[in-house]
Amino acid sequence: MDLFEYQARDLLASHGVPVLPGGVAETPEQAEAIAREIGSQVVVKAQVKVGGRGKAGGVKLADNAEDAKARAQDILGLDIKGHITHKVMVAQASDIAEEYYFSYLLDRSNRTFLAMASKEGGMEIEQLAVERPEALARIPVDASIGVDAQKAAEIVDAANFPAEVRDQVIAIAVQLWEVFTQEDATLVEINPLAKAPDGTVLALDAKVTLDENAEFRQSGHAALEDAAAADPLEARAKEKNLNYVKLEGEVGIIGNGAGLVMSTLDVVAYAGEEFGGVKPANFLDIGGGASAEVMANGLEIILSDPAVKSVFVNVFGGITSCDAVANGIVSALGILGDEATKPLVVRLDGNNVEEGRRILAEANHPLVTVVDTMDGAARRAAELAA
Amino acid sequence: MSIFLNENSKVIVQGMTGSEGRKHTSRMLASGTAIVGGVNPKKAGESVDFDGTGVPVFGSVADAMKETGADVSVIFVPPPFAKGAVIEAVDAQIGLAVVITEGIPVHDSTYFWAHAQGGATRIIGPNCPGLISPGRSNAGIIPANITKQGKIGLVSKSGTLTYQMMYELRDIGFSTAIGIGGDPVIGTTHIDALQAFQEDPETEAIVMIGEIGGDAEERAADFVKANVTKPVVGYVAGFTAPEGKTMGHAGAIVSGSAGTAQAKKEALEAAGVRVGKTPSETARLMREIIGA
Repeated sequence: MDLFEYQARDLLASHGVPVLPGGVAETPEQAEAIAREIGSQVVVKAQVKVGGRGKAGGVKLADNAEDAKARAQDILGLDIKGHITHKVMVAQASDIAEEYYFSYLLDRSNRTFLAMASKEGGMEIEQLAVERPEALARIPVDASIGVDAQKAAEIVDAANFPAEVRDQVIAIAVQLWEVFTQEDATLVEINPLAKAPDGTVLALDAKVTLDENAEFRQSGHAALEDAAAADPLEARAKEKNLNYVKLEGEVGIIGNGAGLVMSTLDVVAYAGEEFGGVKPANFLDIGGGASAEVMANGLEIILSDPAVKSVFVNVFGGITSCDAVANGIVSALGILGDEATKPLVVRLDGNNVEEGRRILAEANHPLVTVVDTMDGAARRAAELAA
Repeated sequence: MSIFLNENSKVIVQGMTGSEGRKHTSRMLASGTAIVGGVNPKKAGESVDFDGTGVPVFGSVADAMKETGADVSVIFVPPPFAKGAVIEAVDAQIGLAVVITEGIPVHDSTYFWAHAQGGATRIIGPNCPGLISPGRSNAGIIPANITKQGKIGLVSKSGTLTYQMMYELRDIGFSTAIGIGGDPVIGTTHIDALQAFQEDPETEAIVMIGEIGGDAEERAADFVKANVTKPVVGYVAGFTAPEGKTMGHAGAIVSGSAGTAQAKKEALEAAGVRVGKTPSETARLMREIIGA
């Protein structure tokens, strides 16, 4: 889960990382009030989870509270690369003497954590990494050891930070490690880490990504979810503990196992090329078990998607055998009754497949077509959605 | 031969007394696996009955190994306790720890992987279906009745696609099929399995299944080019996955231009791996190659 800047800022502040005073506003009036409390020049920043907001007009200086209100008025509602701005952060403006960069992240390739630091911050770090790789220090961090003051000094010195900020940056590096580990983050990125004219080093902008697998021990993290931005179908699916992602297509997909469902989306998209570019409407993994209740919940979500014209149920009977899955489909259709209105193409394979197909044939539901192969079933589902 | 798991493997189950552990221990026993014990400190000394077969429960992995000579542990312990369970297995120096548990925080898996470096334990998973050497032993949740012993080696990030591929090629059979898991940090990689299959005299050809996210497939492609002389066919899932959305597996996410299925397919093809467009086409490529 990616956080908004203001959420990241609050999280950093709660671990003692120096940040500038500020707050988040959903209306121009709230922005005005925050600016008044700060009492100096402020910066009004669009809260969107996408880069390049400055260029898009999403970051403005304001000299006083009235001005902050007007700038917030301009920015709220702004469409930044498809992200509508619902909130602005109002923070004390700061003169910047120097801009640095610091991050901790998960390095998947090397199965370790990585600290990245540079005394040349401000720009996109991907750009720096390409143009001046020597200016970006990359120091692996052993997850079983972590970052103490000594390790932090190693990172800071590798990046050649100026001597006058070295101790401050070392202290911040240790605090950021605390954020990274104690909050179960997979990314904590400060860009810029800025030196103010008085020599104080501050985190001016931050990106934080949190690990959703850690929610069982991070009770505060659920409140950070952006419920407003969630697709309504995704939100409903989440309530029912379904692993669902809304996509922009016409063929509803249900399958078991993440890999098989991803594969099903691809196979439907290939088949759809033949029928005017029909595409999968969603990702939905009902898991290895594929019980009748989960099948019914999944079908209910998919059938309520107005974009869906046909549904492809693609199940491999492994742990759950195909007869149980077939019974699940039949009872799911029973539970849904008249709500089930769109054609279903079902492909079953694996354990006890003959019995599964027999059950579906016997039920003879008018909406259900059984096709033996995954490729053939995808083609039929695409055809029905065309 | 097979890789990582054979008829002599003695398997213990951490989390055997929980519902998933119990269900799958029963299935592993039914498929002929030598399950020699379970581990639960609160139930040490007890025995769990599986259709007439009593399996003793030990207080620790170390005790279980001392008493039974176990060399494989299958871990079903829930996410909050999984890190501790894996560390215990590693500290007891068991040869193979198969972590089935789904939903382990990545800080925990990165920690136990770091902790295991330099030790005696190979970790498979987490969030994986385990591995099966058909007709010999089954450590995890892969259905044992899909296929038989044979000459294909299979390594996959996905459980159900593993089953699908085993089913498509069931008449030929498999030396070992291994699901390495779809998490961002995993213990055994495509490369580890490819290397073991290359060295395994029974394995004549290899199927590798990848999916979006990370660069494991690209690295595996480099490895195949340099080190694998046996024929390899590949499949990659997730061509239609949108950027920035996690597709079921915690590791299955395209970030920017990184981790796309297209890049993985191209890397594999550049290494001489034939890549199928669908699972069925991939199975057909394998048949062409081995002339079956």
